[in-house]
Parts: sequence; structure tokens; C-alpha cells
Amino acid sequence: MKKSDSEFEIIIVGSGPAGLSAAAVAAELDAKIAIIDDNPIVGGQLIKQTHKFFGSKSHFCGVRGIDIAKILEKRIQHPNITLLLDASVVGYYEDNILGVLQKERFIKLYAPKIIFATGAAENLIAFPNNDLPGVYGAGAVQTLMNVHGVLPGKRALMVGSGNIGLIVSYQMMQAGIEVVALIEILDKIGGYNVHAAKLRRLGVPILTSHTIKYATGKDFVTGAVIARVNKKFKPIKGTDKRLRVDMICLAVGLTPLSELLYQAGCEVIYIPELGGNVAWHSENMETLKNGIFVAGDASGIEEASTAMLEGRIAGACAFESLHGKNPKAQEIIQEAKKELREIRQGPFGTKPRIGKEKLQTIAP
Amino acid sequence: MPKKISNRIEHHPILTFVKGRLVKFYFEGKELQGYENEPIAAALIANGIKVFRITEKMKRPRGFFCAVGKCSSCLMTVDSKPNVMVCVELLKEGMKVERQIGRGKLV
Ligand SMILES: Cc1cc2nc3c(=O)[nH]c(=O)nc-3n(C[C@H](O)[C@H](O)[C@H](O)COP(=O)(O)OP(=O)(O)OC[C@H]3O[C@@H](n4cnc5c(N)ncnc54)[C@H](O)[C@@H]3O)c2cc1C
Repeated sequence: MKKSDSEFEIIIVGSGPAGLSAAAVAAELDAKIAIIDDNPIVGGQLIKQTHKFFGSKSHFCGVRGIDIAKILEKRIQHPNITLLLDASVVGYYEDNILGVLQKERFIKLYAPKIIFATGAAENLIAFPNNDLPGVYGAGAVQTLMNVHGVLPGKRALMVGSGNIGLIVSYQMMQAGIEVVALIEILDKIGGYNVHAAKLRRLGVPILTSHTIKYATGKDFVTGAVIARVNKKFKPIKGTDKRLRVDMICLAVGLTPLSELLYQAGCEVIYIPELGGNVAWHSENMETLKNGIFVAGDASGIEEASTAMLEGRIAGACAFESLHGKNPKAQEIIQEAKKELREIRQGPFGTKPRIGKEKLQTIAP
Repeated sequence: MPKKISNRIEHHPILTFVKGRLVKFYFEGKELQGYENEPIAAALIANGIKVFRITEKMKRPRGFFCAVGKCSSCLMTVDSKPNVMVCVELLKEGMKVERQIGRGKLV
């Protein structure tokens, strides 16, 4: 393909809060943008979140995720923005060319700048029978239940007490699924107390220092065996409990989606505080590969408000790298950096803050 | 009469679900109902069907898992075409959906 044919200056992969914020900023600054997402609608994780978000006031704290998605969607109604939905980026080719599969059609797209805002993938844990139908990731349960209105089961075991485990358990109860128990291998819950309290009020037992030993069932899940664990996280003999459940929901963490960044030749580094392998990036969200930016959960597992701020920085910096320094862009970047610092000073910002600082100390 | 759809959320405190037209489709030759343009997997689970395929070597049952077209757990044969990811492929009227055994057959 001839690069001069390209109608886009910046391609943004992913339309979650990070991608949409990047697009809104860059389009406003007057760059020509394409947003690509493999879903039929924009919003990423937000489209499944029925709860009111935590975060700072200026970032829709108290607004439901599904409604934040609608607000961000309005902001990208801009003549400079082309949306490609139902389209998966399946490969990165030399010189910033992306291979895109849309329905059964394969196209190649080029732009001098690319922002990867691909979000994260769910983690799994190993136990016998974890491949049976009825063992689902929390994200899959949310998609089926909150987007399509279908119940994946009637009685559930939730594994993991981070905010996702707590929130999705509550969402399951709202949808009419009985959450038989929520188990957590650590000796305390990982997420916010407010979310745990809502579950306790509904009578859901939250069992800390517990793990799943195996699932039972022949063709699909009919039960689960859980046990208490010792300090080394090993099951204690004689503490087995058999639960009659028809689904097991796993909410055991997320890993940044970095495959495309790998393929693009970015320096990818393992940072446990950021959830796994992430492309090295500066505070301007630029990777070590010229013209490639990253933002949101793909750059380290965090939250929607920080994803939006990182998206704004990436959008403005990508614009500046094309058109030179710009006062409006600078204002956006400085403001967003300041807010990011503030959020990461908070009690739940510690992990990502340490992770991002680690990145800077191993600066090239 | 087609079997009544059972696993649908009828009332939700926050959400309302906008659905397409109710259409007929077939699972292993049996007539079922689902909503046009919902993922095939959603229509199957709504009808209580959980086992989508049987693996090649270990003959293990597999079903819905990631919901986003990434994990390949839900591959089925749709209108004679094997390896269709039914968690993202949308339901159309009259579709013939079959459990896939192993890798499925190319026709
Ligand atoms: C249950 C739950 C509750 C949460 N609650 C809160 C909360 O209360 N407050 C808060 O601040 N945060 C919350 N979060 C976190 C928040 O949703 C995420 O941090 C945020 O959505 C990350 O945004 P993102 O734009 O980086 O990625 P995502 O929202 O994950 O979006 C990435 C998008 O990229 C697409 N994509 C990926 N790869 C490709 C590809 N190759 N081609 C095309 N498209 C691709 C994906 O399909 C997706 O649409 C919650 C998350 C969950 C799961």
C-alpha cells in the first residue's frame, strides 16, 4: 500500500475509555482519526458496568459505566473521526501498517501514529475440570448477562474478591442468579468495603482464606469443592466443602493485552504491579518504537478514570508528534498529568504508581 | 410448539434489553427460538444448551467461555461451516447450528 493514500493521521485500536478519550482530544486538535474496535458498539469494559463508578468527581464518579460510555460516545461524534466497528486488528506489519479483519474482509490500514488502547484479558487459575462448560470469566458473565440479557446459570460460586469479583457478584444477584459463596485465597478481601458490604447485606457468604479445589460435573459444572487454606495457601485437610452450583465465575485479575505492541517491536517489560507484560512507555504514553503510543489498561491494569487521562495524554502527544508543539495540546497534557498524579497518590493508586515509577527508573 | 425460552432475564432493576425479532433456528435438528442478531451462544444458553463442542483428543465437552471471540472454546458448526465462534457470530433466521466434534468437517 502507498502511505500517501492514507486518510488517517492517527489510528486508535480499542474504543474503551482510553481510546475514546484519545480520539476526542486528537480530533478536537484537528487530527484525522480512525478508531477500530472488535465490538459492535464503542465503550470497551464500560458497556457491561451497571454500577456507579468510583473515581474522582471530574471523571464521572457516581455515574454508571454504561452511562459513561454514552457520554464518551457523544464526544467522538466529530467529522475528523472514522469508526470501524466489528473490526479486529489481527496484526502489525512493518511501517505502521495494521491488518484488520472486518467480518470476512481483510484490509490494511496505515497511519503515521498508532495508539494501542486494547485493554486487558482476564486471568485464569488451574484446577481440575476448569475446562467444563459453566466455568466462566467474570467478563464473559457480564457480557452475557448485562449486554445480552441471558443468565449463564442459576447458582454461582465466585472466585476472587477484588472489585471485579465483588461487583460482578452483585450484578449477578441483580440479574437473578444466586451467589452461593464468594471465595478469596488471601486472608482479606481485595476490593472496596462498600462493594463487599452490599453483598453481605444480601446474605452472600464471603469466605477469605479459601480456594477452589476442583469443579464437579460430567458434561457441565454441577458443583464445586472448596477448602480453607493455610498460610502457604495450601488446602487444609478436613475443611472441604461441597457446593451445589451450576456456574463458577473467575475474577482473578487481568493482564494487559500487549501482543500487538510486541509485534510492533516495542520493548515489552514484565512489571507485576502493572499486571504483567507492558510496553515500555514514557509519561507521554509513547513507547520506544517511533510513532507508537499506548494508553489505559494495556499500559498497566488500573481504572477507567486513569485510562481516560492516559488516553488524553496519548491523543495530545500523538498530535504534537505530527504537528509540533501546540499550546492547547500542552494544556491538556499538563492538566491530565497533574490529575493522574493526584489519583495515584490515593490509597488504591499505590500499586499502579509503583509500577509506573519502576518503568521510568528503567528508562532507556 | 418450540420450547419456551427459559434463561432470559425478564426483569432487571437497571437494564432494559433491546432485542431483535424472535426467529426460529435449529440446534442438532431441533427447532428453537432466539432473537435475531444476538450472538448464537446467547440464544443457545437461553435455551439451556451448554455443551457446544467435544474436543478432538480428550473428548472433553466445551462451552461458552470468553464471550469476546478470543479463546476458541465455543467453536461450532453453523450452516455446515465448522469452527464458527458462536460467542460473536450473530443469529439469523433458520440457522442450522451443530455441536462440533473434534475439528469438524470441511465440506
Ligand atoms: C467488573 C468491573 C468493574 C469495574 N469498575 C470500575 C469502577 O467502578 N471505576 C473505574 O474507574 N474502573 C472500573 N473498572 C475498570 C475499567 O473498566 C477499566 O480500567 C477500563 O475500562 C480500561 O479502559 P481501556 O480503554 O484501557 O480498556 P477497555 O475498556 O478494556 O477497552 C479496550 C477495547 O479494545 C478492544 N480491543 C482489544 N484488542 C483489540 C483488537 N486487536 N482489535 C480491535 N479491538 C480491540 C476491546 O474489545 C475493547 O473494546 C471496572 C472493570 C470491571 C471489569
